[in-house]
Amino acid sequence: MTATTTDEGFVVFDHVQKSYDGETLVVKDLNLSIAKGEFLTMLGPSGSGKTTCLMMLAGFETATNGRILLDGTNINELPPHKRGIGMVFQNYALFPHMTVAENLSFPLEVRGMGKSEREAKVMRALDMVQMGKFAHRRPAQMSGGQQQRVALARALVFDPALVLMDEPLGALDKQLREHMQFEIKHLHDSLGLTVVYVTHDQGEALTMSDRVAVFNDGRIQQLAPPDELYERPKNSFVAQFIGENNKLPGIVEELDGEKCLVRLATGEIIDATPVNIRHKGQETLVSIRPERVEFKPEMMPPGAHMIDAEVLEVIYMGDIFRTRMKVAGSTDFVMKSRNTIGQTKLHPGQHVKIGWHPADARALDPM
Amino acid sequence: MKKLLIVTTALVGVSAAAQAQELNVVSWGGAYTVSQVEAYHKPFTAQTGIKINSIDADNPAAPVKAQSEAGNVSIDLADVELSDAIKMCDEGLLEPIDPATLPAAPDGTPATEDFVPGAIQDCAVANIVWATVIAYDKTKVGDTPPTTVADFFDTKKYPGKRGLLKAAKRTLELALYADGVPADQIYEVLGTPEGVDRALKKLDTIKSDIVWWEAGAQPPQLLADGEVVMTNGYNGRFFAAEVGEGKPFGTVWDGSYMDYDLWVIPKDAPHKEDAKKFLAFSTDTQRLADQAKWISYGPARKSSNALVGLYQDGKTEMAPYMPTNPDNMKSPIWTDPTFWADHDTELNEKFNAWLAG
Amino acid sequence: MTDATTDLATGPITTNDGRPLKEALAASLAVRRRRAFLLVAPLFLFILISFIIPIGQMLGKSIYNDGFSSHAPALAAWFDAHPAGSAIDESAYVALRDDLVAMKKDKTAGEAGTRINYDISGTRSLFTAAARGAEKMQPPYMDAFLKLDKKWGDPNVWRAMRSASSPFTMDFYLAANDLKRNEDGKIVSVGEGQAVYKKLMLRTLVLSLEITAICLLIGFPIAHLLATLPMRKAMLLMIFVLLPFWTSLLVRTTAWMVLLQQQGVLNDLMVWLGIIGDDGRVQMIYNQMGTIIAMTHILLPFTILPLYSVMKTIPPSYVRAARSLGATSWTAFRRVYVPQTLPGVGAGGLLVFILAMGYYITPALVGGADGQMISNLIAFHMQKSLNWSLAAALAAQLLAVVLIFFWIYDRLVGIDKMKLG
Repeated sequence: MTATTTDEGFVVFDHVQKSYDGETLVVKDLNLSIAKGEFLTMLGPSGSGKTTCLMMLAGFETATNGRILLDGTNINELPPHKRGIGMVFQNYALFPHMTVAENLSFPLEVRGMGKSEREAKVMRALDMVQMGKFAHRRPAQMSGGQQQRVALARALVFDPALVLMDEPLGALDKQLREHMQFEIKHLHDSLGLTVVYVTHDQGEALTMSDRVAVFNDGRIQQLAPPDELYERPKNSFVAQFIGENNKLPGIVEELDGEKCLVRLATGEIIDATPVNIRHKGQETLVSIRPERVEFKPEMMPPGAHMIDAEVLEVIYMGDIFRTRMKVAGSTDFVMKSRNTIGQTKLHPGQHVKIGWHPADARALDPM
Repeated sequence: MKKLLIVTTALVGVSAAAQAQELNVVSWGGAYTVSQVEAYHKPFTAQTGIKINSIDADNPAAPVKAQSEAGNVSIDLADVELSDAIKMCDEGLLEPIDPATLPAAPDGTPATEDFVPGAIQDCAVANIVWATVIAYDKTKVGDTPPTTVADFFDTKKYPGKRGLLKAAKRTLELALYADGVPADQIYEVLGTPEGVDRALKKLDTIKSDIVWWEAGAQPPQLLADGEVVMTNGYNGRFFAAEVGEGKPFGTVWDGSYMDYDLWVIPKDAPHKEDAKKFLAFSTDTQRLADQAKWISYGPARKSSNALVGLYQDGKTEMAPYMPTNPDNMKSPIWTDPTFWADHDTELNEKFNAWLAG
Repeated sequence: MTDATTDLATGPITTNDGRPLKEALAASLAVRRRRAFLLVAPLFLFILISFIIPIGQMLGKSIYNDGFSSHAPALAAWFDAHPAGSAIDESAYVALRDDLVAMKKDKTAGEAGTRINYDISGTRSLFTAAARGAEKMQPPYMDAFLKLDKKWGDPNVWRAMRSASSPFTMDFYLAANDLKRNEDGKIVSVGEGQAVYKKLMLRTLVLSLEITAICLLIGFPIAHLLATLPMRKAMLLMIFVLLPFWTSLLVRTTAWMVLLQQQGVLNDLMVWLGIIGDDGRVQMIYNQMGTIIAMTHILLPFTILPLYSVMKTIPPSYVRAARSLGATSWTAFRRVYVPQTLPGVGAGGLLVFILAMGYYITPALVGGADGQMISNLIAFHMQKSLNWSLAAALAAQLLAVVLIFFWIYDRLVGIDKMKLG
């Protein structure tokens, strides 16, 4: 999938720009098409424009230029309450003066729904998130996780076609967060929801999404499914932002279609796959995932280049060994190797030869 | 606020007691206090070296009573109305004063005969006679300015707002006088429930046109602002506005309400002997005459009248402005302190009830 | 410490060196407690001396007045010996004469008379006059007194003296409620022409509620604006809100006088604009309207600040959530925003109400006749009539009314929900 504009998506951003002060653009020419039933995550550091995009979609901000379409209709001028979009807020935004049931009943009430129907729907939504027993509690009497579930139920109780989530799990502890990720994903699948999810947590983005849009500097840097994003980042920003990464700066020595050779600062030559470099002699940043680095020659493809490395530190992490080494002058090169039976144990001070499959070393822009 | 008063006065008392050669004198403020400072305080300090702290109060009797109740008196002298002087004396709050200690007149007449009747009380000596009179704005009353209290109540003849003191005392008397009760029978009438009703009924006729005032500085201000065309007030204040500031005011002397201002010394005053010295000094013939140079209140000694000359501007003859001038004293209502000591509570309640109604 | 060798199994737990644990703990905490006490002691002392004791003394005056009892020991003894309803015989007049002679000597007849005069108007001079002649009186004293003044035979006077012969009295609370005792000692109304306190208390309540309501109506949008504007603009607006705080109360009140009086700025402006004719100038001051306008202005910051501090803590996400759930902006405001500002509304409202109930200078200056409040009468009795006992009774009642409203507020809203900023 590419970022070309089409009016066919369920949600479409068409050349959307946003400025608050008339001097700088917070969102620069955003084009994005989201399919019905898709789980799309907007990922990026704070200030990258992702939340602004979500707010424009929800109707709390207006696009300075461009169109936003929902199910084929331009919703630029539509006030938030007429958009029918469910939204889960960062701090849940449960109304503190209402009970859980009243909170859930609120969207149904303003839609003029009858009492009995309302009650049935509220109970169904609460049961859906296993919060049926808490109907008469107030938000302040519940834990963060419980509030999160209620907020979710409230966003879903009026059967919205689109659900927006603004860092909904940010305030939860790690274990609970992982559990809720699973539950949200499960709800998405079982209800066939279209979800636009904003987060700055890349782990969350990778585990939950159908597609992830990585935002930086008001632009989408890459829009791709999680695996593609992780394995084939299109530029240095994405490579760095998603997962752990080793960076080796150098000059393109040879460029030949699917392969290239890069000369590092210390003179070694390594194999790499060209991604966004154009010509020989160009500066580049080669990115290699730590788990793709090998130090046993038999594991490397024939003809692959190998370079010297000095082991600085070996950290035992249970499932893996994390080895920090000095490579081509840089001292923060990391290798991860699985803790298998018969795994060779390295020691600080040891000198080894390391290498990788050329496809795993991606020659990117030098930033 | 009143609670604080006790404490603050207590604190003032402590600090004042620590210093010798000082007198704390409480008076009414404004032009009146200025006249006392010029005529009494300055010469007294020059002569004796005793410093005088002049303190202002809405009614100096209130802090005297407050301090006596709190058992911590810092006031050495206070300038009070006749009814308050008698009341506090009856209640044992004041130091008795021996008339023999007061200086005789220059011609040798003893003080007891030189002072006007009623000016020397058991615990108080008068320094001035003052009047509550009606003043009007000359520019707003046409060619025939008002001359009687009846004119004050005649809003047809003289349309416009009236200023009146918000208190039963003086207001009820004025109403009865306007309703035709002779000045010397007013308290007799006011002593009966029918008399009170009669007074209030008379006030009813102009109730909606009345702007009430409380502090002595207000009436000249109301008149100058054009808020009222006529108001009652203290004659000295109107004098200060008319002569001192050149305001176009005129005075109605008819039905003027006469009262004394008297010096009293609290029983527990910290500097009693100096206070007595000051009292004798300030009520001698010359001092009382000097005060009239600064404000148009009549001296309480007959012998002072001859010495009253020109206002401090050096050209205004004081006599026409004095409440003690026979031309102005044709129908004075003399205050009856006993009546007010007896009926204060009841009449003020009735007055306040009428006011709020 | 009497027995350190008690049986360990049943006795109190002890420390290693054998002291009872409780005692050791108390000793170790005592130092800390003493230190904490020393820290607050100056403030405590200050409040005690400058606040609690004077107010207590003052309120005590509402039920304690020894103006008569302390100067009439013989009469007090006679009243003790002769229960109410006994005939007033010669022995009573002997006691009266004895007391009056002493009063004359001590110059206390006025004080005693003043106390009886609070009960029966016009009796003060009865005492001062009788005290002057008491020494020369010849027995039988009953005839002598009746010859002096017939009022000495009036059972009501004797009833008042009996009641005043004890320094503790509820008479001032009766007076504060427009009640009095008749000749039989029964409690009756003082009569329409004299009843003023209940009416004024009611008016004070109504005016205070009106002012509170207006303050909330005006203050709410301003506080909302303050809480939502960008920092710089909010600070500027805040300065305007706080400006009145930095000006003396008297200056502000006089400024309103200049603005509102009939020849004042506002009337001039309206005449100039042709809204009213020169002879149709509006009376906006020296009446209730003046009191309401000036007090609303003066008290407005007291509503705005608590409201602002509450609104500042309401995240915009609540209203956004409501909007996203399908509520119009009005519904979101009414059902989600306003309920959350209630602690501020309560705090601001209560604060203004309590302040308004006791307001004194402003109504005195701009209130005219019908803009007066109960505090003005309290001031009157403090400063002019010098009837402090009645002033204290009125003040105590005012305090009680405020406390009742405080209690109602606590029951309805909960005092713990109040937020003052």
